[in-house]
Amino acid sequence: MDNFVPERIVYFNWIAAGNLTIDFAFLIDQLSAIMLLVVTGVGFLIHIYSIGYMHHETDHPRFFSYLNLFIFFMLLLVMGSNYIVMFAGWEGVGLCSYLLIGFWFKNTEYNNAAKKAFIMNRIGDLGFLLGVFLIFMTFGSVSFKEVFEGAKQFSSNDPTITAICILLFIGAIGKSAQLPLYTWLPDAMAGPTPVSALIHAATMVTAGIYMVVRSNVLFALSPYASEIIAIVGLATAFFAATIGLKQNDIKKVLAYSTVSQLGYMFVALGVGAYDTALFHVITHAFFKALLFLGAGSVIHAMSGEQDIRRMGALKGKLPITHFTFLIGTLAIAGIPPLAGFFSKDEILAVAHGHSLPIFTLLSITSVLTAVYMFRLYWLVFYGNFRGTEHQRTHLHESPYSMTIPLMVLAVLSTFGGFIGMPEIFHAPHLLKEFLQPIIWKSATHHPSHSFEYTMIAVSIVALMIIIYATYHTYVKRGQLPEEDKDLPAGIPTLLTNKYYVDEIYNTLITRPLDYMSGFFSTYIEKGFIDKIVNGTGPALQGLSGVLRFAQTGNIGGYVFSMVVGIIAILLLTLIVY
Amino acid sequence: MNSILSVVPIEYYLGLSVILFTIGVMGVLFRRNAIIVFMCIELMLNAVNLLLTAFSTLHGEAGGQVMVFFIMAVAAAEVAVGLAILVMIYNHLRTVDIKEMNKLKW
Repeated sequence: MDNFVPERIVYFNWIAAGNLTIDFAFLIDQLSAIMLLVVTGVGFLIHIYSIGYMHHETDHPRFFSYLNLFIFFMLLLVMGSNYIVMFAGWEGVGLCSYLLIGFWFKNTEYNNAAKKAFIMNRIGDLGFLLGVFLIFMTFGSVSFKEVFEGAKQFSSNDPTITAICILLFIGAIGKSAQLPLYTWLPDAMAGPTPVSALIHAATMVTAGIYMVVRSNVLFALSPYASEIIAIVGLATAFFAATIGLKQNDIKKVLAYSTVSQLGYMFVALGVGAYDTALFHVITHAFFKALLFLGAGSVIHAMSGEQDIRRMGALKGKLPITHFTFLIGTLAIAGIPPLAGFFSKDEILAVAHGHSLPIFTLLSITSVLTAVYMFRLYWLVFYGNFRGTEHQRTHLHESPYSMTIPLMVLAVLSTFGGFIGMPEIFHAPHLLKEFLQPIIWKSATHHPSHSFEYTMIAVSIVALMIIIYATYHTYVKRGQLPEEDKDLPAGIPTLLTNKYYVDEIYNTLITRPLDYMSGFFSTYIEKGFIDKIVNGTGPALQGLSGVLRFAQTGNIGGYVFSMVVGIIAILLLTLIVY
Repeated sequence: MNSILSVVPIEYYLGLSVILFTIGVMGVLFRRNAIIVFMCIELMLNAVNLLLTAFSTLHGEAGGQVMVFFIMAVAAAEVAVGLAILVMIYNHLRTVDIKEMNKLKW
């Protein structure tokens, strides 16, 4: 690994205008290599899984061509050697996300979800684009190499750099579903489950994190922007985790969990631990893809049912799905030595080194993560079967094309964390060493050994308590989430309805815009512009109705006016010259 | 200056042209017989032809006289078509009075 030499390949000059030259060039360095492995590795498994999952669909060619187009754009995104190629990939994955969320386009609700995802991404993309413009204005180039070398001349907290960082981060907010633009991601679950696993959990939504890690030179120069990132990430992590506690759709729980985990990664970015954030991207790609694919397998077995209140006791019927889902749950909850433990603990450790309030809230969030994940796990796989008789007879383990990817991902979720061992285990932190060359200034925080041991002990004990408590509640006492109509008032209603964020956005943004476009449509378009256009014909008709009487049919009259005209023109010419 | 213009100065040609042209215009404007109107148009054309040859000689350039031949050819063609139309009109209306030819109107 030590002899890994970054390679920059220029294919052709893409855009040349004035002093702006943009090469279509790829950059393969440590960071893109890791992202390439994650994208193609997880992408490959999900493609195989899709063969099984989509076998009853008639529209295979469309599905797989969209999926592969997505992989193409994702690779473009991570391999681009300047912001413009990256932006092309960035937009492309957004397009594919839109196409795949609306894959079942005959359902209006799914189409609305697709539109929502596209529009919300577009808001973020505007920020990203403005950031790139500002980069070009400041550094005269958009190539990573030149920009970062130029940036190193700037002093810390330079206002221009801070502005660039904040604009780029707005792009990341849209793409990586952070507050306040996160609402598209839960709705994006309308797409087929492999799509949710690939695009909305493992790869596309981590593009924002990749972009920040790639631009770590800029972000390291702007502690202000970094602080904003940390706060937004923290708020998102906590906020989404609380919503996840009360969701009853298996994919929605995982979606809010994804939003929450992305928040974690942004906290790591905000405190300056770029390699740690990338570490969590990798492990999260493994276990969240595993969980989504497991959920897909459950949905497949349940004939399309997604409500966990209608599931239960699936452990016996779906042994492989159950076991791999358990591994995914343990990994995301952070049980040592599974993957999630190492990356999450590292984030907590760097957060602790940064500030205590962030650490505290993040720890609470990680407790909430364990709670909602085990709630999901117990409700789906234990207790009594609560589905219909038809679903019971139909229950079956998924085909090998679906279970083998699950098993591979389970193995990765189990051992994936060993690439980043904490110091106390006396093993090298492989990922940190590998990423050394591309990280300019990383937050170096080495927590004391006693702190590390305490954290491991506390997290194991806390998780044991949570696992037992959720087991007690949902399996032993057999308590089920309330039906929507008999929810107790107060916090449960608030959480089940996702804090009414969608409704607030509807009232504050969508409805006024609707009214405005309604006004423009009725009064400006139909009442004004259309009237001008349609009025042209009658106006000309009326005018010609008057003028036609000039055509008398009398030849002498014509000739007379012609001669008068000629004389008039001649006189005019005489006067003018 | 050994041309005809040393005998008859250019101003005379100009004057004659203007007179011929004005007679033509007046004829077109005030005569009612279509054939006379036609002849007046020819008069106007020839007034212009005269002017063209005169100035052509004055400037010693052949271009003007070439133009005259061109106008003559076009005028001949125009007369052929025009007279044919007049014959047709006469067959229909039994008159060549242009005051009667006022059917094409609003």
